[in-house]
Amino acid sequence: METGFDFEIVRESIPFLAEGLVLTFQLTLLGVLGGLVLGTLLALARLAPFKPLSFAAATYVNFFRSLPLILVIFWFYFLVPLLLGREVGAFFSVMVAFILFEAAYYCEIMRAGIQSVKKGQLAAGSALGLTYAQNMRYIVLPQAFRAMIPILLNQGVILFQDTSLVYVVGLGDFLVHADIVANRDNRLIEMYTTVAIVYFAFCLLGQFLIRNLQRKYAT
Amino acid sequence: MNEAQTNNARDDRLDSGGPMIQMDGVSKWYGDFQVLSDCTTDVSKGEVVVVCGPSGSGKSTLIKTVNGLEPFQKGTIKVNGISVGDKSTKLPKLRAQIGMVFQNFELFPHMTIIENIRLAQLKVLNRGGDEATTRGVDLLGRVGLADQKDKFPAQLSGGQQQRVAIARALAMDPIAMLFDEPTSALDPEMINEVLDVMTELAKDGMTMMVVTHEMGFAKRVADRVIFMDRGAIQEDCSKDEFFGTPRGVRANDFLSKILTH
Repeated sequence: METGFDFEIVRESIPFLAEGLVLTFQLTLLGVLGGLVLGTLLALARLAPFKPLSFAAATYVNFFRSLPLILVIFWFYFLVPLLLGREVGAFFSVMVAFILFEAAYYCEIMRAGIQSVKKGQLAAGSALGLTYAQNMRYIVLPQAFRAMIPILLNQGVILFQDTSLVYVVGLGDFLVHADIVANRDNRLIEMYTTVAIVYFAFCLLGQFLIRNLQRKYAT
Repeated sequence: MNEAQTNNARDDRLDSGGPMIQMDGVSKWYGDFQVLSDCTTDVSKGEVVVVCGPSGSGKSTLIKTVNGLEPFQKGTIKVNGISVGDKSTKLPKLRAQIGMVFQNFELFPHMTIIENIRLAQLKVLNRGGDEATTRGVDLLGRVGLADQKDKFPAQLSGGQQQRVAIARALAMDPIAMLFDEPTSALDPEMINEVLDVMTELAKDGMTMMVVTHEMGFAKRVADRVIFMDRGAIQEDCSKDEFFGTPRGVRANDFLSKILTH
């Protein structure tokens, strides 16, 4: 058993760790963007006057919000290849799981955002001759999005942390790569401390960004 | 008649063609509560009609039925011959021809002033970008705000915002303009700058329906006054008749309350 801390190992494994961190960021970014696009569409569906559509969207949201993320990751890892009839790789399965899962949360955020836009804005757009779709695209969604930027980013920070769950399907994200090094060299404390600091630093940066944007868009 | 004398410039327009806005037996309910009952009136081309009445009398609801922002259950409304309530009528297309100005301005806060005026020109009328800008700057000049074009709505005063809103509506080259209490949300010192723009518009022969409590504006500019109470049109007469000898007890009562201060 080694005694004393040796952080030299961290420096040596930087390229390997960075590789993992890139995957973590890829998953976060794709999850946020995909989730936001799908979530916005779901929010529009949920607010649609056509009842079956809004019911379907509500069911989707309630369903995914009732499941633990780790279950969805597991589940889709086996389900997606089955549905597509071919191997797609862990990354693709996980991506689908993240996007579908995050969409449920982004839907609720965007729904709140859309509802926060004054009703008179829609009337003004309509009075100018804009169609419902144009009203949404040019008037309502941009305002809803701005109003919700801090909350949307916050959800992104949560996803950034939650991407570490991909270890269950053997994807090499930041935590997994650190874990590999830690176990190989028996430097568990050093590696986990490093991982904690890096996650903390990025989340702190995120929070800082959120606070700034909150101030900027506070009305 | 007095009316004809004050509006010489408009006479030729008045004579040609039928009414611009025709309302016939318009009724509307919110559940069991009737907000409009059997409203019938015409607005001719170039005519300025002021709609007044106590709050909750249905005057805002009435003018919002004209461009279909408020649906109604009974009666017909025709704008330039097109039936508003008809299911086959393309409402966005119809609305693009009718300008509307709201109590709370409703400029789009995420766009600059010029972008506010460009948007519907580009997306609804399919005008080119340069043309839309030229038209926008031209209209901003007309309402005295040419130098404000790159600001955001929040940087303007209420009176300025409302003038931009009027310019935005005019950019669509509307055949008629609806004003829903355009000065009610304004500080007193800003009311006149908006009324002046509206007066100019009336002089240029715009067909206007104006919901307002500004009886001075009605006296100066209106051709006709409609007085509403409890969802029904109680008086519909020339402004001289209205301010001279209001017949109904409710209209008398309303006028005495509103003209004392």
